[in-house]
Amino acid sequence: MSEHIGLRGRAWFEALTGNNQPSSGDPGTVLASEAQIGDETALFLCVVPSPASRFPCVRDGQVGIEEAFTLAHHLRRVLAEDREKPKAKKRPLIAIVDVKSQAYGRREETAGIFFAAAASADAYASARMAGHPVISLIAGHAFSGGFLTHGYQANRILAFDDSGVVIHAMHKEAAARITRRSVAELEELGHEISPMSYDVRDYAKLGLLYKLLHVDDPKHPTIADIEAVRHDLADAIQDARREAPDLSSRLQSDAAKQTRKAGIAVRAALEAQWRNA
Amino acid sequence: MSQTTLIPEFVTRQSFIELDGRRRAQSLFDEGTWKELGGPFDRMESPWLPLQGIAPQFDDGCIVIRGKIGGMAAVAIALEGAFQGGSIGEVSGAKMTAALDLAAQDSQAGKRTAAILLLETGGVRLQEANLGLAAVAEVISSVLALRPHAPVITLIAGTVGCFGGMSLAAGVSSYVVMTREARLGLNGPEVIEQESGIDEFDSSDRALIWAIHGGEQRVGMGLADALVEDDADKIKATIRRYVQAELRLEYRSQQVELYRDRIAALDTSGQIDPMSLRRGWNSRKTGELR
Repeated sequence: MSEHIGLRGRAWFEALTGNNQPSSGDPGTVLASEAQIGDETALFLCVVPSPASRFPCVRDGQVGIEEAFTLAHHLRRVLAEDREKPKAKKRPLIAIVDVKSQAYGRREETAGIFFAAAASADAYASARMAGHPVISLIAGHAFSGGFLTHGYQANRILAFDDSGVVIHAMHKEAAARITRRSVAELEELGHEISPMSYDVRDYAKLGLLYKLLHVDDPKHPTIADIEAVRHDLADAIQDARREAPDLSSRLQSDAAKQTRKAGIAVRAALEAQWRNA
Repeated sequence: MSQTTLIPEFVTRQSFIELDGRRRAQSLFDEGTWKELGGPFDRMESPWLPLQGIAPQFDDGCIVIRGKIGGMAAVAIALEGAFQGGSIGEVSGAKMTAALDLAAQDSQAGKRTAAILLLETGGVRLQEANLGLAAVAEVISSVLALRPHAPVITLIAGTVGCFGGMSLAAGVSSYVVMTREARLGLNGPEVIEQESGIDEFDSSDRALIWAIHGGEQRVGMGLADALVEDDADKIKATIRRYVQAELRLEYRSQQVELYRDRIAALDTSGQIDPMSLRRGWNSRKTGELR
């Protein structure tokens, strides 16, 4: 890796919330803070590397058990506090994503990281289905189980149009080994087969993204960048509030209709058979 | 004494693990009530595999069967571990979410329809990488949309086990049923050894793998609900009990504070002993219907 994972996430968390410290009682790997966005208050969440983590396999920006339960803890708190509020008043939840992967460790497997990740995904999805706008801002890496735990349940996903933004199921070296290709072959294949690509512009072709954001250098947000991103987040929040709280928007964009047409056809066929059964 | 009583039970029983995904799913339903949707004759195959010189399969390794279990509406969705390791691609993922969403629509309209996920999978299909990962996120969302209205039961029989992103789908299920031959975890032993080194996880250490990922351990530590024998009749009876069970007010993956405290109490200065963890977390007998 040419760049440390998590620096971008931390930079944008700080830029948008004015805070860079974990909450009391939280591990050093999770940042959670409320801040204004437009004319309302949102909860921002970010997972960052911490060399002092008591779980060694998360120290480089991976998402492990503590991170997952801490995210779920903050999400469920807001969910409970806003339960009686009308949907227009439920606080937006903003995941700033820059994660290397899930944690690959024996401690994690023993204590059930699959379940911790599930609890976090549950909290994000439950908040979304209750009417909270859930927005993901991908500032750097969004890999595999790390992204499933933190960010992939959002109603709207935004990402910087930048070569340092990588969204994928597995990092290049491992994916090359498992699919029995060289890294060069894998990169070549990504240009032809968009779901395999490591380039965020190819990811945008899948129809899963709400918007690509343009800033000069995502590592160093300027005042103008921050204002522009706040504006984009506010737009995404309003857009999320207008539509269904499920993930259907990921199948409705023009890009999705092109790239995901096999999946869309399968859904239609299954529905027709179900209704006629 | 009649001849039959001399034949031990394990000889006469029908093994569930020996069945393929389709026959496993069929075996759960009341006789004569089931129908496969999106079957092989509908030719729903991956558009991405042939582009990479890999033969697709007409069901994309995902079998959807709808019918009645114990007289109640249900849909079973099975991943076939023998096809591409049971991996989730665009088409198999779409079959799964579509079936879950249709069960949710029927349930909300007053016809409670349980879903049974038969998961034998290594997770995301790397040849469809980002569409597989997106499919997993959508499956999780659809499980959660159905769960308040009807039971979602994950059945992991083995021997592939349930790993990768689909382990999160198991994690958010209403109930998880496993055999001793089944494994459940986010990262398989080979992946951990590759990423973190053999000192972290020796993937040739079979005893270690079963002690951590095995069905007996997962049920014992309370992250799965029932341990069943590899016996098709017994598995069918267990699934039927959960299909008929009353909906719960709180599901395991909502018990964030309980598990956050448990994790906070763990000594992580060395590896965690699976047996001690099981003793510490187990608050009930295994196989008990909650």
